[in-house]
Amino acid sequence: MNYTEKLENVSVLGAAGKMGSGILLLTALEMADLSMKPENKDKSFVLNAVDVSSEALIGLMKYIKSQVLKAAEKKVNQLRSFYANRHDLIENSEIINEYIHDVLLIIRPSTNLEVTYNSTLIFEAIKEDPDLKAKIFSQINQNSKHQPWFFTNTSSIPISELDKKAGLNGRVLGVHFYNPPAVQKLVEIIKAENTLPELHEFAVLFSKNLRKTVVPSHDFAGFIGNGHFMRDALYGIQQAEMLTKEYSFAQSVYMINKVSQDFLIRPMGIFQLIDYVGIDVCSYIMSVMNPYLPNEDLHSNLLDKMLELGVRGGQHSDGSQKDGFLKYEKGKPTAIYDINSKSYIEIASLQADCDTKLGNLPQSVKPWKAVVGKPMDEFYKTYFSELKGMKTMGAEIAVKYFLRSKAISEKLVADKVAFTDEDVNTVLKTGFFHAYGPINNYMN
Amino acid sequence: MQKLRKKIYMVAGYNTISMGTGRKEFNPKKERPGLEEYMKEAGQAVLQKIGGAQNVDEGVIGNFIASRFNRQANMAAFFPYIDEGLRHKPAVRVEGACATGALALVTGIRSILAETADVVLVVGVEVQNTVKAIYCADYLAAAGWAKERKDGHAYFFPGKFNDRAKVYYERFGKEKTRMAMAKWFVNAVENARLCPTAQEHHNTNKDLNALGMMEPNGRSFLDSINVFDCSKVSDGASAIAVVSEEGLKRCGIPKNQAIEIIGFAQAEEDITKAPDDFTILSTTKATVQKAFENAGITKEQLATVECHDCFSIAGIMATEAIGFAEHGKGPDFVLEGHTSRGGKIPFNTTGGLIGWGHPTGATGVHQAVTIWEQLTGNAGDAQIQIPADRPYGMTINMGGDDKSLVSIIYKKAE
Repeated sequence: MNYTEKLENVSVLGAAGKMGSGILLLTALEMADLSMKPENKDKSFVLNAVDVSSEALIGLMKYIKSQVLKAAEKKVNQLRSFYANRHDLIENSEIINEYIHDVLLIIRPSTNLEVTYNSTLIFEAIKEDPDLKAKIFSQINQNSKHQPWFFTNTSSIPISELDKKAGLNGRVLGVHFYNPPAVQKLVEIIKAENTLPELHEFAVLFSKNLRKTVVPSHDFAGFIGNGHFMRDALYGIQQAEMLTKEYSFAQSVYMINKVSQDFLIRPMGIFQLIDYVGIDVCSYIMSVMNPYLPNEDLHSNLLDKMLELGVRGGQHSDGSQKDGFLKYEKGKPTAIYDINSKSYIEIASLQADCDTKLGNLPQSVKPWKAVVGKPMDEFYKTYFSELKGMKTMGAEIAVKYFLRSKAISEKLVADKVAFTDEDVNTVLKTGFFHAYGPINNYMN
Repeated sequence: MQKLRKKIYMVAGYNTISMGTGRKEFNPKKERPGLEEYMKEAGQAVLQKIGGAQNVDEGVIGNFIASRFNRQANMAAFFPYIDEGLRHKPAVRVEGACATGALALVTGIRSILAETADVVLVVGVEVQNTVKAIYCADYLAAAGWAKERKDGHAYFFPGKFNDRAKVYYERFGKEKTRMAMAKWFVNAVENARLCPTAQEHHNTNKDLNALGMMEPNGRSFLDSINVFDCSKVSDGASAIAVVSEEGLKRCGIPKNQAIEIIGFAQAEEDITKAPDDFTILSTTKATVQKAFENAGITKEQLATVECHDCFSIAGIMATEAIGFAEHGKGPDFVLEGHTSRGGKIPFNTTGGLIGWGHPTGATGVHQAVTIWEQLTGNAGDAQIQIPADRPYGMTINMGGDDKSLVSIIYKKAE
């Protein structure tokens, strides 16, 4: 079965979720491109969008339509040649509308798992629950005549475990998109012990056709992305907890968030990132990873407590940020949760005080926006050596934070989670939009 | 064409802001003024300067394609909306794609010549930010032959001038031509910064030349020109009064606030035909020659030119069409700084189509307003010196790919 044939009947499980909808969109666009090639004109392409919620599927189709419109507007040149023989389609608007129609024709929304039995390829983006995933894979596998391939979007569960539990005999691969899949360039690809080589070959080609950056990871719980992020987050939480001995909870969260953003030149502070991913998701992923880490306790009582108080973070269905450790207005943090009074405290009321305590940023600082995506090695050397030489509270926390992130990353390579230093750096740069990779010599 | 048998003047020019990307006020997600507001602002401004609507005999609206951008036709009926005093007065709407504005002016000139009017209020307007650029391209493609649309580029007109640029590079060298196109862009923005109504007025980029030199990318746009080689999508209106000697008196405007039309020319080329030579704007060339003959002057007597730089390559080719540079030497002429603000013959002193903006139906009127400002000393920070021995200004307004052309020659009234 060649590349095209493999993509003639595909299912996405959890299609209406945040990750599933993005994977569905990208797959639909790729399938539509294939369907338009002259040699495929007699083939039919089917993409099942499977989700438990019928309501969510309606929302999904609206989302897909709006996203296909955006994609079409960007590649209208290419579409004009696709539809060159359609003499009834003259203007860009006519061509774009026809394309949307054609893409939507490929997608079949359904709440019924049975539709997947005809698929040769299954993308899975359901809840991060190993037993649930294995159960569904097994059900599809037993009912299908097609020996389907299973591409799981898990960010934490070892693939070999899913393979064994579901009895897939190597027909499973970790294909981990980053959130949101339509935008993020990174795909982590994880082979299980017995994964058949053809799955890997296909996934690499597929990801490249989607113009993604592929980074391989060993099959170890959390892989590279969460392997770094969860430990980095836990470190940030611990640092904030230490500060609470001297400062209020809100002040502590503010200070660590600021250090991890402004002092470390990252796109967002660690508490904002936890909110972005979702406090519930972070806590859950830690609990999935933790059993595989005998020498480490990847767990945070603070996250549990926040969840008990009903503070979860994550995003609304329109992509806007829900309140978590921080409160957001138009995407920008405006207040910080106070765990004692169970209410948000305006950042403006504590900012000046905290900023004074942290001290100034190094003089050579540049904002993240100005440096991201650019080769700025010399700048980072200057900046971080200046930071290292400073005796302020902010600089001291930042230096430790920086070194901790580096140590986490180096351990991922030493523990054979990542293949190379460069892979870790690529994951942080493309999956987390860091301006520089954590494994560097900027403080040597 | 016959020499002008009457003295014709233009007075009381006014431009609204050219609104669109680049202006600080522009927010594509928020509601903005529509056709009505732009026409009213520009029309009223002129009426105030000429003593009110009772002094107006006729109106001319220049509008290219509101029927698509704004679902609006029957545009002449907006004159009484501009001012109640224009109720039951005659008005007409004219269209010639991007040459619409100058066709509106010429329509006013003809009314004066025909002695059916002494004061004609001319308003050019276009409001194009109602749709994204990719759909804007569909609407503007109507300036070309509809039967060519299917095989044309998604961005139809940029595609046309991309094709011209490509042939020009092959014939005369890409590197120098690209450098001249970048220089054209730099001049346009630098001039626009001096004009408060210009779309690029707020542009603060420190390395404009680097933007202009950005390598064209056929994957994302076009293979031979980049976005900085193109005029932007604009909303705006410009207005001016075309008056006779009697009209001037009626409006009570002193001659030093008027410019005189010394001559003009119009020409059409077959819309179904490709250019004979992609590196020559032959209709522009013919029109400019006819305008010089009609005015009885030569290019050496011009102090400034407003040319139709819908694309930077069109600006460069215009320097050749007028005769300032030999065929293939336009890039040198531009690179040597002759078209710059301090150069031998400053072009597009308020930014032209690339810098000031290109609300298509208004552009020809905007060009006349700029010449009126420059020749009467009303150009503010954008003011250039008008040498006593070269007192003339010229506008060239082009519709389609060198298809509908109007050129007008002006002088400060004496």
